[in-house]
Amino acid sequence: MSDNAIDEISGGLAANVPAEVTDAWEAETPASRGPGAARAVLLMARVTFREAARRKILWIAAIAGFAFLALFWIALHAAIKSSVRMPVIARHEGMQVMTMMVLYAGSMLTSLMAALTSCDALAGEIASGSIHAIATKPVSRASIVLGKWAGFAGMITLYVLLVEGGSIAIAAIEGGLVAPHSGAVLGLIWLQAMVLLDVTLAASTRFSSLTSGAITLGLYGLAFVGGWIEAFGAVRHVPTCVNLGIVSSLIMPSDALWRRAAYLLQPPLLGAAGASPFASSSIPSHAMAIYAVLYAACALILAQVLLASRDI
Amino acid sequence: MATLTIDACGLRKRYGSRIAVRDLTLQVGRGEAFGFLGPNGAGKSTSIKMLLGLVRPTGGSALLLGQPVGTREARARIGFLPEHFRFYDWLSATELLLFHGRLCGLKEDVLRRRVPRLLERVGLGTQSSKAIRSFSKGMMQRVGLAQAMINDPEILFLDEPTSGLDPAGRKLVRDVIREQRDRGATVFLNSHLLGEVEQSCDRVAFIREGRIVGMYRMGAWQGERTEVEIKASHIEPSALERLAGMACDLRLEGQLLRLSLDGQDRLPGVIRCLVESGAEIFSVIPQRVSLEDLFLKMMGPDPGL
Repeated sequence: MSDNAIDEISGGLAANVPAEVTDAWEAETPASRGPGAARAVLLMARVTFREAARRKILWIAAIAGFAFLALFWIALHAAIKSSVRMPVIARHEGMQVMTMMVLYAGSMLTSLMAALTSCDALAGEIASGSIHAIATKPVSRASIVLGKWAGFAGMITLYVLLVEGGSIAIAAIEGGLVAPHSGAVLGLIWLQAMVLLDVTLAASTRFSSLTSGAITLGLYGLAFVGGWIEAFGAVRHVPTCVNLGIVSSLIMPSDALWRRAAYLLQPPLLGAAGASPFASSSIPSHAMAIYAVLYAACALILAQVLLASRDI
Repeated sequence: MATLTIDACGLRKRYGSRIAVRDLTLQVGRGEAFGFLGPNGAGKSTSIKMLLGLVRPTGGSALLLGQPVGTREARARIGFLPEHFRFYDWLSATELLLFHGRLCGLKEDVLRRRVPRLLERVGLGTQSSKAIRSFSKGMMQRVGLAQAMINDPEILFLDEPTSGLDPAGRKLVRDVIREQRDRGATVFLNSHLLGEVEQSCDRVAFIREGRIVGMYRMGAWQGERTEVEIKASHIEPSALERLAGMACDLRLEGQLLRLSLDGQDRLPGVIRCLVESGAEIFSVIPQRVSLEDLFLKMMGPDPGL
């Protein structure tokens, strides 16, 4: 800065505000540090949830979910009607197979829903600049991430209850099939969607919406293939394949969670079917479910750290 | 209470090998409207983002209202209108302001009073329940201005606030800046519309290549040089020779004599010289150096950014 170009800064500072104005200000504007972390999270969660509702994402997803359930109900009703002369055990087994297939399709639907609805949550706001007006308010960036997460988690929870809970309920009402461990099964499917949600949020702090979605779906695909390789390795006794499957589950535990849910649900005959999404030839352990919980928590913490440490 | 509201010392930002801001050193006082000018790519946006805590400086330090930039204490007392104000367009104007007010930690009864008043102030009183997606660019800018003022900020950062606004909207921004200044708030204004800055600001800083290259109290640059345009006939070469010794710069184009003088006190001598040499003077017009003239002079040749 050249000396002649700069006005006398000390003289240039506008000390033209009367003391009574500034004093009154202090009285009118009590010092505030913002809304508090819990309130900020709640505000962001509410706005995320309402955005999904106003943008019709919630309603379209709900319509798709109800259509899914209606299809299952009609198909199950027809299957039961056509199998009245079959032995009870065979009929029961058939209903269980159908229910598991529907639950499997439902888990894929909820997983995709988790990844696709959330991939624009942070990346889109960073790209458009709409995060600037929020991040300059007295709320922490961690609260912004947690609020977004809570909004999506709420939606996904409702969706899991609608699609998967609804499927289990239909199987019970229409076929009298009481799914074993239904609470644990719902929990595992919910956790699968949460893992994908958290990974998507972490990715969307640094990558574009499209890239974030691609990363999550890529990892989901890796876990899916890894699950098949592991099941194949278990049936054919190929340790390398089993180990590859375990490694893929450690990289992305989504498929392992489904396989554990399938194990809890499946009838013995289906479990012996060999390599399939419902096979019990390679059952992920309880420890894998705990690992998935930690994985999801770490991904969420990572999302907060990545957003907090980046320039926006 | 500190007189300084913005106190930046040697703020610096480097992106890899590229230096966006080399040295941002400035102080702004309470109740001051401060213009921040520079060409595209000069580092204005990065500078503002560093002051707002959106971008982490790689060097230097800055305080807002005595608090380090980026802290919640500092952010609770500032307002910001981003250059391209984008927001959840599915909200209505009222809902948007309520959301921002709640993010500032304001109580519901305060918001119930303040939100309609602010919307009325920015001319959106009758549009308060309409979805923002139906708003024009100018209306978006107005609602953005209202959200920036929701917490009665002590520092109001306005990044290109008149972009997309019609003349009535521009006047609104000028009036708002004046009101904020009068109530003791600091207004930090970044705008390419130099006329707006000239009308609204008390002081102005120029940034070029990431460094502040000049800082003036508004109009103070007028005293440095006096440009005069004299329309006269029968100007003798000998008179021009004498005038060349009195002026910094001198050009004769037909009957128009353009001079650059070191202060207005030299003007009577110039006129006396012309009259004594037999010239006939028709008009003497001191030329005012506008902010735009000063900007172009400070920034040098157009780099074509």
